[in-house]
Amino acid sequence: MRKLLFQSLFRQPLTEQAPRPDDAALAELAAMVGHTARRRLGRSLSIREVDAGSCNGCELEIHALSNAYYDVERFGIRFVASPRHADVLLVTGPVTKNMREALERTYRATPDPKWVVAAGDCAKDGGCFAGSYAVVGGVSAVVPVDLHIPGCPPSPMAILRGLLALLETVDTGAR
Amino acid sequence: MATLIDLIRAGHEVERHRPWPRAVVDAKVWRSAAGALADGGLSLLGLWGEPSCVHMAVLDNRTSAIGVLSLDCPDRQFPSVAAHHPPALRLERTIHDLFGLVPMGTPDPRPWLDHGRWQMRFPLGERPDASTDAAPYRFLPAEGDGLHQIAVGPVHAGIIEPGHFRFTANGETVVRLEQRLGYTHKGVEGLMAGSTVEQAARLAGRISGDSTVAYALAFAQAVEAAQRIAVPPRALLLRALMAELERLANHLGDIGAICNDASFALMQAHCAVLRESVLRAADAAFGHRLMRDLVVPGGLARDIAGDGSSAIRAALDQIRRHFPALIELYDNTASLQDRTVTTGVVTPALARQFAAGGYVGRASGRNHDARRLPGYLPYDGLRFEVPVLSDGDVNARVWIRIREVEQSLGLTDQILAGLEAGPVRVSLQAGTESCEGMALVEGFRGDILAWLRLNGDRIERCHLRDPSWFQWPLLEAAIEANIVADFPLCNKSFNCSYSGQDL
Repeated sequence: MRKLLFQSLFRQPLTEQAPRPDDAALAELAAMVGHTARRRLGRSLSIREVDAGSCNGCELEIHALSNAYYDVERFGIRFVASPRHADVLLVTGPVTKNMREALERTYRATPDPKWVVAAGDCAKDGGCFAGSYAVVGGVSAVVPVDLHIPGCPPSPMAILRGLLALLETVDTGAR
Repeated sequence: MATLIDLIRAGHEVERHRPWPRAVVDAKVWRSAAGALADGGLSLLGLWGEPSCVHMAVLDNRTSAIGVLSLDCPDRQFPSVAAHHPPALRLERTIHDLFGLVPMGTPDPRPWLDHGRWQMRFPLGERPDASTDAAPYRFLPAEGDGLHQIAVGPVHAGIIEPGHFRFTANGETVVRLEQRLGYTHKGVEGLMAGSTVEQAARLAGRISGDSTVAYALAFAQAVEAAQRIAVPPRALLLRALMAELERLANHLGDIGAICNDASFALMQAHCAVLRESVLRAADAAFGHRLMRDLVVPGGLARDIAGDGSSAIRAALDQIRRHFPALIELYDNTASLQDRTVTTGVVTPALARQFAAGGYVGRASGRNHDARRLPGYLPYDGLRFEVPVLSDGDVNARVWIRIREVEQSLGLTDQILAGLEAGPVRVSLQAGTESCEGMALVEGFRGDILAWLRLNGDRIERCHLRDPSWFQWPLLEAAIEANIVADFPLCNKSFNCSYSGQDL
């Protein structure tokens, strides 16, 4: 373990080590997210993720935000365990009828001011599950949505971009 | 003891069911099949319904034969299999919830997927019922001094799928865990009925997001079996390539996440980097990080990108360079081993009884891998080993994953070396007569069963059985007498699918 930790001390961070076009975009985006989040929310943005019936694909990519390539925590954006600690609910999936009440309760448990981001094509309108006896529809059918991030699933970059867009909306008081 | 062939012969064999036989049997044969499941001669592969009949897919453990037994239910009831063989229980409760067919003699008549919120009962049955059963769900009791309950979910603390866990504990020690699932039920089988093959293939790829390739493959193989279509060799190899990349990405993610749940974040950090390298390679090669909607009935939606092979090779090289140090780290960190060794044990007898697939079964001595049995192309021409351990603890489930990462690396090399130019898709038959197909495919989590009936280019009925059906119940057994704080660790070592079992 010491050897691994020691190597990590001297190795370049992964984001900078791989010079690919989207890494440049990532760095630029990273700076913007960080700046806007700081101005509005004082260095931190707490997100509570709620799976309202997704296939788990979106969760995989939201997880990826925390890996060394995207390292979302360096911007002060972090995922919290309780809606009571959250500024943002990040909701995935078509909302199933069996999850509707849990989503409503989670929304009510989140203190104001709060924002809801719907991630993924299903979260928009139910996606390919729309019309099922077991599905309510998109997230906005149950709680008010401030932003939708498309994709099946949206890539970690797309989710980062989406959070930036939300922060700008919040900043200009558009809502 | 009745063999599967005897049971099939005792019934009336259905035509155009491929590649394994299906027979319509009477209640007596159905019951003797349930008996053969109970005494271990047969393993249950699946149990599903239609508006007026039930089907049971089984594997004969002695002859390795696979077949389906069907029972007509004109009286809207069938003899309970779970009364003899507990692994059938949740599947039977599901059949009742969706179709309204009553398992006679069932040890547990409570609903499973139906939470009383669909504004109807028996949505897929002959007679959907507009009333709802809003009776409160009664959890199983645990009695004794000093017991308390802990209710967790459906919304969990982490970024995971929803489900409810009801623990009864005595201080730190778990006396009983009962799962309540079904929160992500989306009614996929209802959506598939009557849809085109294309639409159904998209749905199949969205049943469990982490296994999108494996599900699409199972569905495609079932369609191809029904229509007796041979897929071009290049498409077969590229399908296996995607399946192994999916296995690699998931196993790498799991190994890190299990260690993270033992508060050892360093492994998580390194494994997540390796996982990301696989996803980026998949994106470069196939245009999608999770490789969704690429495997389609008849072959592939598109060929691998020109520089795809080199992107994949680069990712594999990175894993080969860094993974051995991580294995050593796992093996030599006493504080981590202290958490994983002897924690959450599944006995080989239970794994066998439930016919648990994947790392859950193979960590508990069940040597089964759908790539070997029944086996499918192109794996007959590829060299790989199926690792098996018998300790059945969290540690064993980690080691099975480690060994499978190594096997998948070797498989990927062989596939890339064997790729030859050629077409990657053939067209399906148009307007053929009604036919049925079935497939068993090894996803990273275990064997996925797909069964469907085609009518022309429409899906008449399709059932997809997630490996988690036979793994979730074992988690209830594994956690007993462990401490509450070890539950996340045990749960992650299983990594069962919620969406896959909720369907």
